[in-house]
Amino acid sequence: MTAAAIPDKDIGEQLCQTVRQAASEGAPLRIQGADTKAFYGRDSEGVVLDVTAHAGVVGYEPSELVITVRAGTRLAQLESVLADKGQMLGFEPPGYADGATLGGTVACGFSGPRRPYSGAARDFVLGTRVINGRGELLRFGGEVMKNVAGYDVSRLMVGAMGTLGVITEVSMKVLPVPAREATLTLSMPVEQAIRQMNAWAGQPLPISATCFHDDTLRVRLSGSEKGVAAAVAKIGGEAAGDNGDFWRSVREHRHPFFEDERPLWRLSVPQGSPPSMLDGDWLIEWGGGQRWLKTEAAAKTVRGSIADSGGHATLFRGGDRSSEVFQPLTSRLLELHRNLKNAFDPERVFNRGRMYRDF
Amino acid sequence: MSRAAETFTTGKQADREVHAKALRAWLPRHAVLDQVEELRPYECDGLSAYRKLPLLVVLPDTVEQVQAVMRYCAREEVPVVARGAGTGLSGGALPLEHGVLLSLAKFNRILDIDLVNRTARVQPGVRNLAISEAVSASGFYYAPDPSSQIACSIGGNVAENAGGLHCLKYGLTVHNILKLQVVTVDGDLVTIGSDSLDAPGYDLLALMTGSEGMLGIIVEITVRLLPKPESAKLIMASFADVEKAGDAVGDIIATGIIPGGLEMMDNMATRATEDFVHAGYDVDAAAILLCELDGTPEEVEDDILRVTKVLQRSGCTDLRIAKDEQERQLFWSGRKAAFPAAGRISPDYYCIDGTIPRKQIGYVLTRVAEMGAEYGLRVANVFHAGDGNLHPLILYDGNQPGELERTEELGGKILELCVEVGGTITGEHGVGVEKIDQMCVQFQPEELTQFHALKQAFDPKQLLNPGKAVPTLSRCAEFGAMHVHKGELKFPHLERF
Ligand SMILES: Cc1cc2nc3c(=O)[nH]c(=O)nc-3n(C[C@H](O)[C@H](O)[C@H](O)COP(=O)(O)OP(=O)(O)OC[C@H]3O[C@@H](n4cnc5c(N)ncnc54)[C@H](O)[C@@H]3O)c2cc1C
Repeated sequence: MTAAAIPDKDIGEQLCQTVRQAASEGAPLRIQGADTKAFYGRDSEGVVLDVTAHAGVVGYEPSELVITVRAGTRLAQLESVLADKGQMLGFEPPGYADGATLGGTVACGFSGPRRPYSGAARDFVLGTRVINGRGELLRFGGEVMKNVAGYDVSRLMVGAMGTLGVITEVSMKVLPVPAREATLTLSMPVEQAIRQMNAWAGQPLPISATCFHDDTLRVRLSGSEKGVAAAVAKIGGEAAGDNGDFWRSVREHRHPFFEDERPLWRLSVPQGSPPSMLDGDWLIEWGGGQRWLKTEAAAKTVRGSIADSGGHATLFRGGDRSSEVFQPLTSRLLELHRNLKNAFDPERVFNRGRMYRDF
Repeated sequence: MSRAAETFTTGKQADREVHAKALRAWLPRHAVLDQVEELRPYECDGLSAYRKLPLLVVLPDTVEQVQAVMRYCAREEVPVVARGAGTGLSGGALPLEHGVLLSLAKFNRILDIDLVNRTARVQPGVRNLAISEAVSASGFYYAPDPSSQIACSIGGNVAENAGGLHCLKYGLTVHNILKLQVVTVDGDLVTIGSDSLDAPGYDLLALMTGSEGMLGIIVEITVRLLPKPESAKLIMASFADVEKAGDAVGDIIATGIIPGGLEMMDNMATRATEDFVHAGYDVDAAAILLCELDGTPEEVEDDILRVTKVLQRSGCTDLRIAKDEQERQLFWSGRKAAFPAAGRISPDYYCIDGTIPRKQIGYVLTRVAEMGAEYGLRVANVFHAGDGNLHPLILYDGNQPGELERTEELGGKILELCVEVGGTITGEHGVGVEKIDQMCVQFQPEELTQFHALKQAFDPKQLLNPGKAVPTLSRCAEFGAMHVHKGELKFPHLERF
């Protein structure tokens, strides 16, 4: 991926004004970065609020392991800035298309293959600047590793689909790029693969990604030369000679599994859950915790199949985007969500209905 | 030291009797405390300079009882303060004169351990260390390990987003929990988070973590368990000056190694602990660093070599690697006992908790020493250097008139310095009542207003731990009148008192 040259620019004040105007007119806004995540969430009405021009690295201190960037910054550009210093985003976010912005990625709460082993997007967010529904630019959290002053609004913004505010700036913890990576492949049936991934996760092994598809289990190891070599010997299987392409293809949904017209479901379940009997094609990641399903089955059937597992299901791509694509909430939780929406965006300006029909 | 009035006023006594009687309809007699001598042990948390007797203490031992207490208190509009083990250092569990203190001490059971999914479901009153002890034989542990881990409760850890010696690599409480059961202010039970790696809707799990008992009562926690590292080695390095030690911290991180733990102690701290636990510290050094490297034996071997080189290049005057597990534990025992050790060299000590960018460690420590001298107070430093989380311990004598006040003023100044260099007023101990004024320095009025609106979403009548964590704007106006920040008056539109 090449980093598109987007000029650094601060249009925060302009964004605030637009929001204030919209709030006074009660006119909904559709917050938009590069529009690469239009497929995700529910359909939403409103005038587009384009944040892509609000871009650029505001501060980067490699020895602090912290970077602060404006939300319109392209993910690819951010990654190359970090790579120059031997660092990376620890949650390995997917972009799903060229031009993806950091703001959109954080708002969707997307994390990639490394997630169960080093953390999710929310785990790396240290601070944010956010425009609330009154058009006020607010700052929460900060640029330090530990900070418990005030409620953790920064993490609340991650995955809120822009329904609580416009994220304009994000400070994130970053990680050193591991000295060495290796991928191994092992053939086995699904039950065994799930057991195996969880058995490994219970041991101190430097695993950084796992994926099961088509009776093949792939496992990526990351760490020091010696650490990876020792783990390779312990795990066995065959060396995949992978230069990262496989993991990129899974992360970006360019793997052949995803080339399929049927709706795509994401099932998030306890990692050791037994395989589902549900009809469809499966690709299992995250040590068993994230399972992709291609199926025409009804939402009720898909959600019913995991009702007892303690997990939840998202209609990730395709299907009926006016239905509840995210797992419906219990009535008390929904009420808390509505109250929070009111607290941040009383005029319901932002991304109406994008997450749940109610707000 | 300021003490609560010893006697009950008559009006309050009448309320006390009415509420105690009503609550005994749901709770056993002995689970409602209403006698002065019974209430006394609850008058403060770990910040003992602040004390207040609660109206009542309740000690429920079922979730239904907690729900009944909350329903009753919501109806009667009686405020409620939750309390875990009471080790908090910011007055978060300080009782309210007109409020019920809800102790979760009886919720001390580990409910379920799931080794396949590597989780444990526990009640909030379970001690932090008890979780690791329960799974240790199976090769697992619960990572966040505050120095108070033998005493503090996991519920209190969630409420404060507690950190520990190994958080640089393994994360804070927020990174190590999956699910909560929470009783709302009006007595409903809600599940927040899930048994999988994420949950639908807003990240209320993150929001509850560190919310200091202001949003709900946590009655059950599902924590993640990690496999114990195969190998862990500890390096102890001495430095002839504090700035050099501070810089070495950044140098280690810059190599691309994330140590399992990276702690620093200055000379006053090492002397105090050495006298106390004989951990073998270099008491002539201006500062020592404790750097733990963990992972597979192969990784650790590599990392030890690399870090040793870095430390030598950073100018350490002496360097020792713990020769075995016993010595490693010994080196750590001093660090863990540093607070009580400070208690032995001074009648009282006051622990500050700011976080700063690592590169500022040297500068800030130097400034803190200068400021201490200006106030005529000794300051010992022992802290989570890898995270930039400072814990200056101001040594004072509460029996000397004015010393506590001077100490608090110095503490406030140190926190403001943390904000000035790009940090925060609290890394892990919370705001509570203690740092409430400094919140006015760290946040703008609009941000504080947003916090209040957020609280309203959970607790419209302000019954959960009211008055803590987030200051009112008028309080900030009052405080701002005394502290003009960077030449600007921060709350100009508000009336001064
Ligand atoms: C010697 C010493 C060393 C320490 N070292 C560390 C350290 O290394 N790292 C660190 O992070 N902290 C440290 N602390 C501070 C303290 O131990 C932590 O803040 C701890 O998390 C508090 O837990 P607790 O059970 O004592 O909570 P309490 O003090 O009882 O309560 C703390 C706050 O949590 C709320 N609360 C408690 N339980 C619940 C619940 N179930 N539901 C809702 N709200 C609740 C209370 O209302 C209060 O606001 C230390 C303290 C001492 C005395």
